[in-house]
Amino acid sequence: MKEIPSSILTLTAGVLITIISFWVGQHHGLMPEQASEQAPLVDNLFNVMVMIGTALFLVVQGAIIVFMIKYRRRAGDDTDGLYIEGNLPLEAFWTAIPAAIVIFLGIYSVDVFDNMGGLNPGDHGMMSHHHVQPAAVVAQAPSQPAIAADTAAPLIEPQAPYARYGFGANPDQMGKPPALSVNVTGMQYAWLFNYPGGVVTGELHIPAGRDVQLNLSAKDVIHSFWVPQFRLKQDALPGQPTELRFIASKPGTYPVVCAELCGSYHGGMRTQVIVHTQADYDQWWASTQVAQAPDQEQTIAVRPSDLSAPEFLAPYAEQVGVSSAALAHLKHHHQGGTMISHLPASPES
Amino acid sequence: MTPAQLPVNTPLADPGASPPPQGWKWYDYFTFNVDHKVIGIQYLVTSFFFYLIGGAMAVAMRTELATPDSDFIDPTLYNAFMTNHGTIMIFLWIVPSAIGGFGNFLVPLMIGARDMAFPKLNAIAFWLNPPAGALLMASFFFGGAQSGWTSYPPLSEITANVAQSMWILAIVMVGTSSILGALNFVITILFMRIPSMRLDQSPLFCWAMLATSLLALLSTPVLAIGLLLLLFDINFGTSFFKPDAGGNVVLYQHLFWFYSHPAVYLMILPIFGIMSEVFPVYSRKPIFGYKAIAYSSMAICLVGLFVWVHHMFTSGTPPWMRLFFTISTLIVGIPTGVKIFGWVATMWGGKIRYTTSMLFAIGFLTMFVFGGMTGVTMGTAPVDIHVHDTYYVVGHFHYVLFGGSVFGLYAGIYHWFPKMTGRLLNEPLGWVHFALTFIGSNLTFLPMHQLGLQGMPRRVAMYDPQFTSVNQLCTIGAFILAASVIPFTINVVWSWSRGAVAGDNPWRALTLEWTTSSPPLIENWEVLPVLTHGPYDYGLNNSSPENLEPVAGSTSPS
Repeated sequence: MKEIPSSILTLTAGVLITIISFWVGQHHGLMPEQASEQAPLVDNLFNVMVMIGTALFLVVQGAIIVFMIKYRRRAGDDTDGLYIEGNLPLEAFWTAIPAAIVIFLGIYSVDVFDNMGGLNPGDHGMMSHHHVQPAAVVAQAPSQPAIAADTAAPLIEPQAPYARYGFGANPDQMGKPPALSVNVTGMQYAWLFNYPGGVVTGELHIPAGRDVQLNLSAKDVIHSFWVPQFRLKQDALPGQPTELRFIASKPGTYPVVCAELCGSYHGGMRTQVIVHTQADYDQWWASTQVAQAPDQEQTIAVRPSDLSAPEFLAPYAEQVGVSSAALAHLKHHHQGGTMISHLPASPES
Repeated sequence: MTPAQLPVNTPLADPGASPPPQGWKWYDYFTFNVDHKVIGIQYLVTSFFFYLIGGAMAVAMRTELATPDSDFIDPTLYNAFMTNHGTIMIFLWIVPSAIGGFGNFLVPLMIGARDMAFPKLNAIAFWLNPPAGALLMASFFFGGAQSGWTSYPPLSEITANVAQSMWILAIVMVGTSSILGALNFVITILFMRIPSMRLDQSPLFCWAMLATSLLALLSTPVLAIGLLLLLFDINFGTSFFKPDAGGNVVLYQHLFWFYSHPAVYLMILPIFGIMSEVFPVYSRKPIFGYKAIAYSSMAICLVGLFVWVHHMFTSGTPPWMRLFFTISTLIVGIPTGVKIFGWVATMWGGKIRYTTSMLFAIGFLTMFVFGGMTGVTMGTAPVDIHVHDTYYVVGHFHYVLFGGSVFGLYAGIYHWFPKMTGRLLNEPLGWVHFALTFIGSNLTFLPMHQLGLQGMPRRVAMYDPQFTSVNQLCTIGAFILAASVIPFTINVVWSWSRGAVAGDNPWRALTLEWTTSSPPLIENWEVLPVLTHGPYDYGLNNSSPENLEPVAGSTSPS
């Protein structure tokens, strides 16, 4: 300290702390991968806070350690330290710094929250001040064949009331209906995903890059729908509809976790969301139509030889344990009826 | 009493009355005793007993979490442990030891009063605690409450009804105790200071207790309302929170958190008070910015009443609420920062003595600053949406409640144990205790942040196997933490009877409690002290306290 002026030491420490903080803010690697359009928004805010937090922590912690060493009591010294009761400019300074950080973070948070769609839950694009029936909205979903509602046998009533809580349209989607709307029901200890037309699944399948809306409800106790890779979470409340609207940005399989204590097996209440490419999604959707909405009357009345292989196989799919995805794959692979002659059940052979 | 403090006027005792006892016997501590010092020690010892029970539950849970599957304890029992661990640590350890224990023991001694304003009320407030604790323990015969310390309906209304009802009654009892105690503190601090002590000359611990008590008075009744409505729903057929009968599940969350967020400040404000006493004594320096620290306690008390919805950002809360409470939550960081900077600046230019108390105080600073940083990240709605109800939150609140409150309690115990018992705690054992606690707590709670961010929810008995190794790290930390209690317990038990005799003022501190004997006389002083210097006037003319002995009749230097 005698040789080097303390101002240079302080400057060096400041530069070092700044560099380290910036680096930590960008490279902490604590977040899982980003799979929704909201995720980068949240992560950028988090990274900024990690950066500021690292800087503050290093400054305070560094001061503590330096003071601990520099101002330790020397042996035999029983006198007191300096009589300093305070310093108004210094106190004003370290009140102003956190205040400025708080103002900045407050404004930044509001902006991120708005861009995530947090300001517009319930904006379904169609006269949002009315109680919109989501079924009417989902019928317009472009990639799905329209299915008469009376053929559906939903486990859960698909009509969700107008949700006031959660995440709705982001500023770009304002006034537009979502491309796909799925009713999500939490119950001890499972999630049910109720698609338009009565398709019910235990895993969520959605297309990447499309505007998806989940209408959340709970049958028994409070659950909370969380996909860590989407950075989105919303409680599913009994008696109060909530929603999550988002665009999944990256195909893949991600966990769906219940985040609100819902009973003894709360920890086991996990499933997954499969984000498909649009083509995969269309295929998956078609397979659900075959596997989950078979028209028994048609199957019996029509001559089997008139049916294509998937149509013929559909009623057997459950018996032989062929998954709908595998079935879809078969259809794709065999291009029609070439397989039929190998099946003993076929009356033609 | 040193000769310099010999009485100059006649003692107040009525000569006709039977002579008061010279000191309390051990069995007096098991009776309905109205002496604030007895009550303070009763609170501390009782709450430490419950700390061990709550800690044992934590160890059982961490053992379960060493593997992803549920294989050590039944998930139902896990949830009962999880619920009661939180409940016990909050309502039967930190709150009663910080407020009931240190508050009762110290406040009258620090302001020169002979007792609290309402001694009998004070004793009643304490004696509500043991039955409440017993009720919680007994609830395990009925499965134990399993719906978390938050007890959100509808889960709490359909799970273990008898145990849940016992849980509610226990919390209402300790809540009542808290209200009675708070009333007592406010009156005592405002009206029972010795005449020469203005409020802004009182020790900062008293300011902290004043803020704590006001907060408890304003918020605790709201919790009682929420819990009683829940009790009615469970047992008497009402449907305040039953959605299928028109009730509202979110209403409970508001009632609960209107108390339970301020409860966080109930658990940390008294600790802030302890820090403001410990740092000046061992740094041999005046507290840096007395007024800033005093007023920031009041600011935290005020702002703390308006941040509760940040626990409900993912619940049924409209957008404006999520944003309003984001901003108000961030604001709490400002007064808290003022305090932290004040303590760090107190160390600057001091002559720091590394007693165990000071080590825990510095440990507190480190842990609390970190916990404060993660708290700011969670205070913003966008990030909280991701991390809410995850292990990130568990990591955060253990940094502020264990690294903050419990470190602070330990600092307080090492500092005032000589005053309470007349004997010093063993310092080398204290250093071992500190080292184990510091390593154990960081090893347990630091990895939890990563778990939460990566996708592990809290309150789970089983989890995704990808989190196994990090969880095992936490479990090892928990075992070290459990071991850290052993040297402390041995230290306290041994030193209480055989420790080195402390003398009246072993730390050469300047607050009034050190002007009486150790342990203090039954009515604290034979003659009430007169204030001759401020509570933190270290280094004034660079003199040691021997030159600052109170002189009767002199006026305050400030």
